Amino acid sequence: MGVPAVEVQGVSKTFRLYHERRASLKERFVHPGRSTYTDLVALDDVEFAVGAGETVGIIGRNGSGKSTLLKCICGVLQPTSGQVLVRGSLSGLLELGAGFQIELSGRDNVYLNGAMLGLSRRDVDRVFDDIVAFSELEQFIDTQVKFYSSGMYVRLGFAVAVNVDPDVLVIDEVLAVGDEQFQAKCLERIRTFQEEGRTILFVSHNADQVRTICDRAVVLDDGKMLADATPGEAVRVFRERLGDLPADDALGAPNRQLRAVRTAEILGVDVVGGASLHTSDPLRLRIGVRAKEPTRVGLVFEIHRLNGVLLCRTDPDAPSAIVEVPGKECVLTVDLGRFEVLDGAFQMNVGLVGPHGTAIYDWKECAASIDVTYEGRASGMLAVTPVVAVEPGHDD
Amino acid sequence: MTEQSTAPRPQRRPPEQRETRIVSARSSVWRRLETLWSDRELVTHLSRTDIKVKYKNSALGLVWSLVSPLMQLAIYYFVFQVVLKNGVPDFVIFLFAGLMVWNFFQGSITTSTGIIVERSGIVKKVSFPREILPLSAVGAQVVYFVMQLIPMAAFLLIVGVNPDWSLAWLLFPALAALLVMASALSVLFSALNVKARDMKHLVEIAMMAWFWLTPIVYSFEYQLSKQLHNLHLTWLYLANPMTPIVLTFQRVFYPHVQIVNTRTGALETIQPTWPATTYALLDVAVLVVGAALFVGAVSVFGRLEGNFAEEL
Repeated sequence: MGVPAVEVQGVSKTFRLYHERRASLKERFVHPGRSTYTDLVALDDVEFAVGAGETVGIIGRNGSGKSTLLKCICGVLQPTSGQVLVRGSLSGLLELGAGFQIELSGRDNVYLNGAMLGLSRRDVDRVFDDIVAFSELEQFIDTQVKFYSSGMYVRLGFAVAVNVDPDVLVIDEVLAVGDEQFQAKCLERIRTFQEEGRTILFVSHNADQVRTICDRAVVLDDGKMLADATPGEAVRVFRERLGDLPADDALGAPNRQLRAVRTAEILGVDVVGGASLHTSDPLRLRIGVRAKEPTRVGLVFEIHRLNGVLLCRTDPDAPSAIVEVPGKECVLTVDLGRFEVLDGAFQMNVGLVGPHGTAIYDWKECAASIDVTYEGRASGMLAVTPVVAVEPGHDD
Repeated sequence: MTEQSTAPRPQRRPPEQRETRIVSARSSVWRRLETLWSDRELVTHLSRTDIKVKYKNSALGLVWSLVSPLMQLAIYYFVFQVVLKNGVPDFVIFLFAGLMVWNFFQGSITTSTGIIVERSGIVKKVSFPREILPLSAVGAQVVYFVMQLIPMAAFLLIVGVNPDWSLAWLLFPALAALLVMASALSVLFSALNVKARDMKHLVEIAMMAWFWLTPIVYSFEYQLSKQLHNLHLTWLYLANPMTPIVLTFQRVFYPHVQIVNTRTGALETIQPTWPATTYALLDVAVLVVGAALFVGAVSVFGRLEGNFAEEL
């Protein structure tokens, strides 16, 4: 890595939480001296660097300091100590359309927002058509923004931010908004950005997105940096951390109220017959499980390609995935059917959850790796074997 | 199976050749001023937006910005000329010359004091030099100031008074001093108001007192300055930075230094009998003090800025 595009150097941020706000002079006179407060350490000596052209994800629970970190990088907040170095222009998507004036038309807002991102009028003129095309708001560009739907608002905001030719793009969970088609478009744009060698910092709750998009990921917890590693490893660290704590935003796990209880745990996962398969071989697992008491558990399996693309995540509430384990060690055998994929290397995550997603008992990231060899001539991802027959046609 | 495309990436400038921005708790005043200067286009942009938003969907548009100053002019004219009979001929010119300046000054400071709090939405989410917000409020006032030249020209024509064109050049140092002084105080108060929200009310009251301490509705050569002169305290009067600026405007637009009082018929001196250089020197002095104050204000602003996103 040459000179990094973004350097976060020992950044700490402490928020002072006043128990009773004294925002006026009168209150300061009436109650002089100390007002009670507690210091909240939002970031604690975070240090990492992002190379030019790299895409780095930032993951962490709610309140772990992700947004504070991004704000420090964008310059909206100043760190209490330490500093952030940003080389080149930066476009921050902390909130889409944050600088919009709702009384003005979309056109005026594009210019306004562009100016705030440091573009001259002429610069905006040059990319204006691209922005409008990307936002798909051709008919409404001269309408006041206050008449826009929230989707239109977000689209225009994203369109401006990605069309201003930034060296560094900072995205804070904004991809969670907008309809699926627009999200796909945003992701595609992020891919183009990567190909163009731009640097991207990306906060997400979505482990799949981090794995798919990022080259590296940083895990934050309580303001401390837990890991700066490959996406797969980072997601593993993050999920392990979740296992110890109340999971309020469990990545990728069933989206319900989850409690992390160590009633049962996974001891080990084996692929029956070895991890090297041929296409269409049956995939069977043996999973060692220990439970404190007889428990009904559901099993969930995620299969990824090494580049992070998720092939499947099984439903832990399906009747065949639920099993009663005794209150001691036991071995579960799992039949995943024939593994109908073409060649490649795959990773499997295994989760042990309570019925109806009430708890995550255990989650093993990269519990097993599978290599698949394919000897045929088909290409793509799925092994589909057409069986063709001839039927007499109708004579009419 | 094909792996992800490995097309060569188009070359961007390597990071070591790009401009570096540092985000840290302390940034030097000079660096702040430098960024402000490089982002000056944003000031005009935001000023224009302010005005556009303010007069959007109103039939008269910018003309509304004249209504309040003209009403004010009418009231002071009525009180001092008609009721109190000050006997100053062509009083409307004298009065409006000072009021124009004052409206700009007061408008700038009162609107920018609350502006960071009002715009908390973008302050918390978008990164740009925050000083630009108060400065854009000053920028909008520049437009209103220019608008006021229209009624001023009309009054000059109607009353039939010719400004003292030989002194017109004095308007440049006076305007520069006015702009810098108003910007400095705007930046300062906008930052202080985030910390203590009653700054806004305090400023409003202070501006009221300040107005009457400045020779706008009464002339400089009046009781107050005579008494101060006897005590050798004229400098105290001139220490009010608005006084030299207002005096300059009055001197240029209202050409009579001595008048014949229309009520008593007595000969009165209502403007200082200084040469042009004295005016110029005083204005330049205000400009220099204002510039120093501006640097100080930006420094204070920088110190307080770190807490903006938390305090809002």
